Amino acid sequence: MGKEERDMLKIRNLSKSFNKDMDNQINVFNDFNLDIEANRCTAIIGPNGCGKSTLLNIIGGNVKADEGQIILKDKDITNFKEEQRSIYMGRVYQDPSMGVSPSLTILENMSLADKKGERFTLRRLIRKKNVNRYIDLLKDLDLGLEDKLDTKVKFLSGGQRQSLSLIMAAMKYPDLLLLDEHTAALDPKTSNVVMKKTKELIEKYSITTIMISHNMRDAIEYSDRIIMLDRGQIILDKPSKSVTEEELITIYRTKLDEAIA
Amino acid sequence: MNALIVTSLEQGLIFAILAMGVFLTYKILDIADLSVEGTFPLGAFIFAKFISTGLNPIISTLVAFCFGALAGLLTSTLFTKLRIKPLLAGILTMTILYSANLKVNGKANIPLFSYSSIFDYTSVLKLGSSIAILITIVLFMKIVLDLFLKTEAGYLLIATGDNESLVRSLGENSSKYKVIGLMMANGLVALSGALMAQYQGFADITMGSSIIVTALASIIIGDTIRKNSDGIKGTTRAILGAIIYRIIGGIAIDLGLEPSDLKAVSAIIVIVFISYNNFAVDLFGLKNGKGRKRYAENKKSIEEF
Repeated sequence: MGKEERDMLKIRNLSKSFNKDMDNQINVFNDFNLDIEANRCTAIIGPNGCGKSTLLNIIGGNVKADEGQIILKDKDITNFKEEQRSIYMGRVYQDPSMGVSPSLTILENMSLADKKGERFTLRRLIRKKNVNRYIDLLKDLDLGLEDKLDTKVKFLSGGQRQSLSLIMAAMKYPDLLLLDEHTAALDPKTSNVVMKKTKELIEKYSITTIMISHNMRDAIEYSDRIIMLDRGQIILDKPSKSVTEEELITIYRTKLDEAIA
Repeated sequence: MNALIVTSLEQGLIFAILAMGVFLTYKILDIADLSVEGTFPLGAFIFAKFISTGLNPIISTLVAFCFGALAGLLTSTLFTKLRIKPLLAGILTMTILYSANLKVNGKANIPLFSYSSIFDYTSVLKLGSSIAILITIVLFMKIVLDLFLKTEAGYLLIATGDNESLVRSLGENSSKYKVIGLMMANGLVALSGALMAQYQGFADITMGSSIIVTALASIIIGDTIRKNSDGIKGTTRAILGAIIYRIIGGIAIDLGLEPSDLKAVSAIIVIVFISYNNFAVDLFGLKNGKGRKRYAENKKSIEEF
């Protein structure tokens, strides 16, 4: 882990509400600030409706903030559209089909991901000279995908598809990797495998990562820093090493009791 | 009988271009684009307009292609920029084109017998018949499309129909590819309309009605040819489907089916084939067992790990 304490992502004075000026207006964030250090994996946890998904969507650009600034690597990306931001970011979604093109083969999907941020021209997409590099990347996953280059992605299992999405999101060394509960749709065993692979990959490439998770054990085990959100506020921010699962569960319980009371 | 086959084949080849266009929107972009109902006659009327001003038939046909592409631009703008649902956007374009088509020459039916056509080039190109000319055009279009779909931009077109969020994650605007796809598709449909006008010797306002069903029937018939084989390209399927569809239609009429009933028959073909594809999975569980087994094998490797 690099000891450089530079911030990769800065969120300043973020405000966001849904159904604005209507009876059911929901204020998710009000003057919210957050810094994400470079080359670290930050896990964001919290109960449903705490704003973690909205936060990730605002960073990713598919939800627009009402106010505030988002600064990635000293660049103000607040007004960048989703596709402009994607050049600097990789994202893996909960749905294993969201990060891949199911009717294309593994090789075609990887070739597309390899062109990310470049101009798509009228030259042939598949280049023989790149194939060995893709095979090396797939070998890292240890799932035998390197022997299935010409298999359409729709025939892969959820875990394989999610692992492929991960490689595709990370292979161009993005400044920031967003993991959107990316193992939530998988069975526990597969979920563990994908989490391990994720950790190996982000450490090997040293990619700054934000992951949101419902699984507190995963969050502690695979991240460097834990942030707990509740109603748009940071209620806990600690290095993962000094947090225990019991501690998190206790906080959850008190919050739940508060909500009921 | 022989003449019937030749006519069906010729018309089938003309409809093959139509089917390739609709293949782009219906199969690749997964959009049901109804504007083709207007772009097919548009191609015919634009051709009629330009050939009557004395322009060369090849250039007039190309102009028809360009106008078709513009109609595709209109439909795609309606749903990418104005956020009208694609189905409605197509209907709106089709309606606009109905009036526009009547305005182009001021008439609903224009005879073209007195003008030269692309089929007059048989002797120049040393090609035997209209069939040879049509085969040349269809093959040329097929090769261009196949090559395009192998390019970086072509794969993004496929990905746009498959998963738009992937396209955006690659830093590209998926709307752009919908526009490109619809322009190409409607260009091809207008080209097909221009060829049809030259083939039958007139342009008529009704020639586009229910043309989408003809196109879908062709594509669906093409899809059933060796259904599970990945070796046959979508464009090949569209071409073969259009020809088979036309030959079946020709035979049916020869056997005494009223030509006016053919439309209902094609709609029924579409219904039967689509419902077959939707329910065959359940009816023939055996066939599907193969796919399931493959899925299970895939799972094994992750468990082994």
